[in-house]
Amino acid sequence: MLGLDDPFVLTAYLGIIALAVLSILYGLIRRNAARDEVTDEDRQWALEEKKVDDEF
Amino acid sequence: MPDHASVGWIDIVVILAYLSITAYLGWLGYRGTRSAADFLVGGRSAHPVIMAVSYGATFISTAAIVGFGGVAGLFGMSLLWLTFLNIGVGILIAFIVLGEPTRRLGHHLGAHTFPELLGQRYQSRGIQIFAGVLIFLFMPLYAAAVMTGGSVFAATQFGIDFEVALLIFALITAAYVIPGGIKAVMYTDTFQGFVMVLAMIFLLVFTYSSLGGVTEAHQYLTDMEAMVPAPLAQIGHQGWTEMPAFGWGAPTYDLWWIVVTAIILGVGIGVLAQPQLAVRFMTVRSRRELDRAVPIGAIFIMLMTGTPFLVGSLSNAWFAQNGPILNGKVVQELDAEKNQALVELMQQTDSGAWTAIINPKTQAPATAALIVSERQEAEEAGGARFELVGGRSSVVTYVKGDADTIIPTFISTALPHWFGAIFFLALLAAAMSTMSSQFHTIGTAAGRDLYERIGTKGQPREPSLLVMRLAIVVGLLIAVTISYTVRQEYIVARFTAIFFGLCAAAFLPAYIGGLFSRRVTKAGALASMTVGLVVSLFWLLLVKAKEASAIGLVQLVTGGKTSLLADYPNWPSVDPIVVALPAALLTLILVSAFTRPPAAEHLDRCFPETR
Repeated sequence: MLGLDDPFVLTAYLGIIALAVLSILYGLIRRNAARDEVTDEDRQWALEEKKVDDEF
Repeated sequence: MPDHASVGWIDIVVILAYLSITAYLGWLGYRGTRSAADFLVGGRSAHPVIMAVSYGATFISTAAIVGFGGVAGLFGMSLLWLTFLNIGVGILIAFIVLGEPTRRLGHHLGAHTFPELLGQRYQSRGIQIFAGVLIFLFMPLYAAAVMTGGSVFAATQFGIDFEVALLIFALITAAYVIPGGIKAVMYTDTFQGFVMVLAMIFLLVFTYSSLGGVTEAHQYLTDMEAMVPAPLAQIGHQGWTEMPAFGWGAPTYDLWWIVVTAIILGVGIGVLAQPQLAVRFMTVRSRRELDRAVPIGAIFIMLMTGTPFLVGSLSNAWFAQNGPILNGKVVQELDAEKNQALVELMQQTDSGAWTAIINPKTQAPATAALIVSERQEAEEAGGARFELVGGRSSVVTYVKGDADTIIPTFISTALPHWFGAIFFLALLAAAMSTMSSQFHTIGTAAGRDLYERIGTKGQPREPSLLVMRLAIVVGLLIAVTISYTVRQEYIVARFTAIFFGLCAAAFLPAYIGGLFSRRVTKAGALASMTVGLVVSLFWLLLVKAKEASAIGLVQLVTGGKTSLLADYPNWPSVDPIVVALPAALLTLILVSAFTRPPAAEHLDRCFPETR
């Protein structure tokens, strides 16, 4: 199949495509499933990160 | 090998256009939102495409494209399992399983670097320093891999010496990372990511179409199995579309152990414990942003690694159909039906007679497997008549077995020159986005994790910008020195695999244990990291033949052998990760079982959600 006689290589080839499709489906299904909130702790962390980055 | 390597005016226009767009986007970025942290501070969400592509651009570099693409040219499509793991482990498991816990833990503890995350989680200054030292010492090896990959490509594409290309590459890197380019400017990262995507799609389509289609291309390569060079066939290479021979206890299985343990597992699993990638999760706004980034990340990684691995393998078929004609005398018919023969290579002298080409390594006449397309009577230098054959060979023959030059040679020979310039820019972008995070990690490891933590009388020091900058300069110098001095078989992929394997063995059990288990202890984590590092280094210095013999210590210890286990077939080909990672994991479990768990208050701080 596809000119690939070795089943292990063929599995890898098709497996890559299958994983990519699975990833797309995951992204579509979970698009709005998880909560999306930024807490004060998150914001505080980002401010510190930005401070270090800016100094750098 | 390419005779058209030079810089033309089209190249200059393409390069200038690219640099102008990058500079414009960089300027736009600096005026407003530029880094992941800026998005988070502003309470806004980075577009999933931006998040995924900038993560992917940090992960993918010249090491993957030139280094591992070249290894695929040498060893074949078994490398596709690495792409499979890159998506399955590097994207799906990393984003879905590790991403959110890392983000949460980092924010709860106020950690900003990977060593700081481990140190705070285990309340251990020693763990933070240990991780910082490991990163500072070994990250330059990975940076050297990226730099060598880029320099080899530039040297081939523009027809300059490797040393000159390396010097230019080092200067560009220095200009980019020392004054402040280390900030992840997400818009420019994303633009560069898109250029890489387009370049890869073009490369893949061009390669398949020039070989007559997907099935035809694969079939042609499958039919070339008899042409595998003898040194590779002797270690188990069965053809470019087949896995290496699997088994244990004979040298004919060495390649399977090299490909599967070092190349596929080492890098495929090691990605989970990459410090510069783990900290990226902390800059993400929420789990939703991670979920949305999964599809783009997967497609990006599929193109960025799958394309070079396929093209690297298929370049053997392309050269067998379109490469320069080689001449010689048939030594052995390999497959008469397919006109494949082992040929002693010859060249014509000024007098018109033919003489054997001598292999400088073996001092014997050079041989290669050819697909014979022409036969004629000719005369040897001694005057004897013989049948001279002409034909084409696999890319491995044309690059004289140097895997690192396979992708650059294919691109500069097979593709239009303007594409070579674009591809070079895509590679440069890939290298810069990876190196900026590598050197940022080296800088913060030295400044934040070492200098600040190793304070006087146990008191932390004030942050020092100078220490960070100095560390970056030192790291850069070490990386350039390594690139300049070490030029061996598929060294780009090997350096990358060594660093990924070391990180996996030293960090992965403690990192994952720290994210998911309340029972893992400080002693368990420190012991696991120590065992992972020590076993890896022991294996690299004394057992893994290629690395050990290059370093030289093993010859002193064993009186000239290349491995402590040189008399036991296959062991010298096994990667350290196979031994070191299980040993580190076992140590984590056992030591944690017999030591006191962390205080409940600390665990509540780490995991307030499960209080």
